[in-house]
Amino acid sequence: MSAPPDERPPVTVLQAPVRLDYTVTAGHHLSTYLRALADRKIVGGRCPECHKVYLPARGACPTCGVPADAPVEVADQGTVTTFCVIRIPFDAAPFPPPYVAVAILLDGADMPIFHLVRGIEPDAARMGMRVRAVWVPDDQLGPTLASIRWFEATGEPDAPFEAIASHL
Amino acid sequence: MGANRCAIVGIGQTHHKAKRQDVSIAGLVREAAARALADAELTWKDIDAVVIGKAPDMFEGVMMPELYLADALGAVGKPMLRVHTAGSVGGSTAIAAAHLVMGGVHQRVLTVAFEKQSESDAMWALSPKIPFQPQLTAGAGGYFAPLVRAYIRRSGAPDDVGLQVAVKDRLHALKNPYAHLRIKGIDRAMVADSPMLWDPIRYLETCPSSDGACAMVMTSEAIAAAAPRPPAWVHGLSTRSEPVVFAGRDQVNPQAGRDCARDVYTQAGISDPRRDLACAELYVPFSWFEPMWLENLGFAAPGEGWKLTASGATALGGALPINPSGGVLSSNPIGASGMLRFAEAAMQVRDQAGEHQVDGARRALGHAYGGGSQFFAMWIVGRDRP
Repeated sequence: MSAPPDERPPVTVLQAPVRLDYTVTAGHHLSTYLRALADRKIVGGRCPECHKVYLPARGACPTCGVPADAPVEVADQGTVTTFCVIRIPFDAAPFPPPYVAVAILLDGADMPIFHLVRGIEPDAARMGMRVRAVWVPDDQLGPTLASIRWFEATGEPDAPFEAIASHL
Repeated sequence: MGANRCAIVGIGQTHHKAKRQDVSIAGLVREAAARALADAELTWKDIDAVVIGKAPDMFEGVMMPELYLADALGAVGKPMLRVHTAGSVGGSTAIAAAHLVMGGVHQRVLTVAFEKQSESDAMWALSPKIPFQPQLTAGAGGYFAPLVRAYIRRSGAPDDVGLQVAVKDRLHALKNPYAHLRIKGIDRAMVADSPMLWDPIRYLETCPSSDGACAMVMTSEAIAAAAPRPPAWVHGLSTRSEPVVFAGRDQVNPQAGRDCARDVYTQAGISDPRRDLACAELYVPFSWFEPMWLENLGFAAPGEGWKLTASGATALGGALPINPSGGVLSSNPIGASGMLRFAEAAMQVRDQAGEHQVDGARRALGHAYGGGSQFFAMWIVGRDRP
């Protein structure tokens, strides 16, 4: 009754791709921020206690625990606090490497956002570099940070290290 | 601490490799658990409860794997708990298990942590497209490289400190038979010449992707009295977390890490960690995180961590060996990586570390971090009963 011995090697790997589709309910504060992006505006929220400006506005300031949602429009330009040059290729990369991923402290905000800088040689990226948003054409604007294609250098002098030291 | 004492009486780990295609996930965790039981000279039947940990389910695409692993871990009909705190999970899983003993709930607890990265794509799992921010982080390296750059700028460290750690930990790994990366002839030139992946992090300054598991058996003091080998005793243990972004957050030297360290030192009665600890196993997935954590954990003043590394003190034979096992830079089964730090610290105080033993180690620190440098888990274990 026993089966004859199977000399073949065991099955080790089966490819079984998985995908995830998200349906996001943005909620009140995030909706304010996302709607503003569709109008080429960047709107955050100020905490009434520590006066810090968050992007997006928060239902609760992480430090003070009170709503940080007094609307504040911040500039679409700012200062690179830190960055890395991505040279590793991977499936979901937005561009062929190398490209520059940055943390940007927008003028008027108190926390950096993450985005890309294009239009410079990767080796020319600097902490303190001044950059401004490059928006998509009007017909592509939407309630998403993808309304900003990337950032580009403004050509202004770099900000001093002291201006970014407490945002690293 | 006002709690019962907790002893680590059994430790086991797998041989960590890029692909462990000889075992399933169940076989992988069982291999580590069986070794821990053998070390403790206990059987599956002796275990009261199992606490298991791993990193995000997306890493293998298996949702709630703990449910089907109960079988392989002898947990059918027993309490089984899964812990998840991102990369720090191996540490916080060990702490959850120790708490069950310290709280007097159970006498003998088996804890296990694992990752089987060959069945996953962690870089994909860590780079999701979400509408609030552009999809650009390029895995963990893309997130942490800017922090490394910020550390270098802030501390004024010379560029080659990262090379030094990358070489040192791989030399340590050559003394660890379980290590994944065992690079013969590893030296600075080899690291410096390796490709730049996430500038300023080079290929050989980053951790590998590993399959592996780690397990420990923890018991009450009464049970430990009958243990066949000297136990390691928990002298202090703590976890802390903080949000990934808030205004003024110090991401290079996070508050949660400093607070967590202060808590374990207080519990263990340690006033000067550099003097009072024989060695430490720190979660260093990118070489520059060694000097960063040396500062965060109070081994060096802010801005001075790189000097301790550069002095050679953190190599085996130095005054404060860091990662004698070769660390995360040499083996990175993500979910298990934190538990390996905790277990290797315990192996040191049990005089069980073989070729990478620090002579006479009496107390050692195990450390893990996760998320965006926001979750921390640490313990101090000692040769003597606290």
